[in-house]
Amino acid sequence: MIIEVDGLARSFGPLEAVKGVSFHVEAGEIFGFLGPNGAGKTTTINMLCTLLKPTRGTARVDGHDVIGDRAAVRRAIGLVFQQSTLDEYLSADQNLRFHAYAYGVPRDVREQRMTELMTMVDLADRRGGSVRTYSGGMKRRLEIARGLLHHPKVLFLDEPTLGLDPQTRRHIWDYLLRLRDQEGLTIFLTTHYMDEAEHADRIAVIDHGQIVGIDTPAGLKRDVGGDRIALSVPDMAAAEAELRARYDLQPTVIDGTVSVVVPKGDAFLPELIRSFGQPIEAVELHRPTLDDVFLHLTGREIRDDELDEQALMVQEMGRRWGR
Amino acid sequence: MGSMSDVLRGTWVVSYRELLRFVRERSRLVSSIVQPLVFLVIFGVGFSGVIGQMAPGVDYIQFMYPGIIAMGVLTTSLFAGISVVSDREFGFLREILVAPLGRTGITLGKSLGAVAVALLQVALMLIIAPIVGVPLDALMIAELIPVVAVLAVALSGLGILIATRMRSQQGFQILVQLLIFPLIFLAGVFFPIQTAPEWLQVLSKFDPLTYGVDAIRQIMLGSQAGLGVSVFGQVMTVAQEFAIICVFAVVLLGAAIWAFGRQE
Repeated sequence: MIIEVDGLARSFGPLEAVKGVSFHVEAGEIFGFLGPNGAGKTTTINMLCTLLKPTRGTARVDGHDVIGDRAAVRRAIGLVFQQSTLDEYLSADQNLRFHAYAYGVPRDVREQRMTELMTMVDLADRRGGSVRTYSGGMKRRLEIARGLLHHPKVLFLDEPTLGLDPQTRRHIWDYLLRLRDQEGLTIFLTTHYMDEAEHADRIAVIDHGQIVGIDTPAGLKRDVGGDRIALSVPDMAAAEAELRARYDLQPTVIDGTVSVVVPKGDAFLPELIRSFGQPIEAVELHRPTLDDVFLHLTGREIRDDELDEQALMVQEMGRRWGR
Repeated sequence: MGSMSDVLRGTWVVSYRELLRFVRERSRLVSSIVQPLVFLVIFGVGFSGVIGQMAPGVDYIQFMYPGIIAMGVLTTSLFAGISVVSDREFGFLREILVAPLGRTGITLGKSLGAVAVALLQVALMLIIAPIVGVPLDALMIAELIPVVAVLAVALSGLGILIATRMRSQQGFQILVQLLIFPLIFLAGVFFPIQTAPEWLQVLSKFDPLTYGVDAIRQIMLGSQAGLGVSVFGQVMTVAQEFAIICVFAVVLLGAAIWAFGRQE
């Protein structure tokens, strides 16, 4: 176990942003923290990175306590924050060198590692350029390269693709997956993008400062209760009766279709079509997505624009205290 | 938090970057030289006709020149505080804070960076010494270096201390503007403070720049050109003023380290 978290909590004044979360992350895993803005993701990541002191609970990263042994934790981790933490007035190389000096990376390792990482993130030809001239995607790639310069065991990414276009997001994920495979790196990331969370080996769904579900993406979807099949048929009442009698299912009528939930929709569907008592006009198979998972676990959908008051407060307090 | 080696590494890596920034930003480099020169030319030329000799063999431009040098050190050193605030605004402070450097090392690095930049700036300002009519010699430069360095430590400590409380560059700049002119006028950069009313003279004794201006003036022009700054009735020598600046440096930098370490 490379990250062990037990009952970790953090309050900002009277507001409890993280309400005692417990989980662990295995070495070499991509672990995702999925939740809406203000759910406590950044607060948790800040505590794991020793930037914020927990009010309760314990956490260990690579065997080091995040409260008692902050310097050791910091050496073991690389960080990419939501907002850029580059010095825009310096060149990419100068930013990287500052980082190498700060983490005490030996000179002979440094230059080779810089070349290697800048090649990996496709910035090798822009190394001397001022960071001010970089696009958002380039900056993020440079930050990922910088975060890896000192050979960390765990890379923390807070909303790594926030504000980037879909193509750049896909590129960044290519790099991350390659890193995990090539370097055996553990990646801990927070996101509120469902498609991004799909890349993770395991996901913790966090809402209002609490973990409401934790599993592989497939496992979480399984818990939602299986696949939904919607049938358009001439005689809906007969279809309902047949589904109930022959297959022991609980059909419901939604929007002019007869709908059932089955464990394995892809296997059930051909069998159903072959032997159904009346002709089927149209059929729709809906497999659960992480959106359904979130809806199932919290009773709401993840939305960017709908922050409730508590979430807004957490965001604001986190911003002020986290600096 | 942070071992000794973390603190030392923090000091050098942060100060290295401060110097790098100063050299890369041409506009800052130029303005740090041009601004004092503008003061020197405008005030010097404007007043030297009206004001006669300030002391035997010392005209107004010569009188003002050491004060302008000290003023340059003041603005440069307070800039160490601005760099803390702008690093916070642009996010780079997080990169520094999260590295295994130790807060003390970061504060020391910001201060040492200010010292390096101040020395560089003074070196550039000394180029015009012959034009102003102040002959340079090796001993003078050897005496200037420690005075300028310690003055920069004290004033950068003040700048960082203020910066730990500020969230925006604008806020910092407004506060510093409010502070900078009293500090300069009380220090006797433009006029001899001993001709000012008693209460101003008392206030000036709490201004670290007073001792910096006077020490630099005594070093460059001889003790007769000094302001005759006295503490408890005793006129200060360069060595005594240096000691007082050292005390300011220890107190202000100590406070800055404490305040910077305390912020979350």
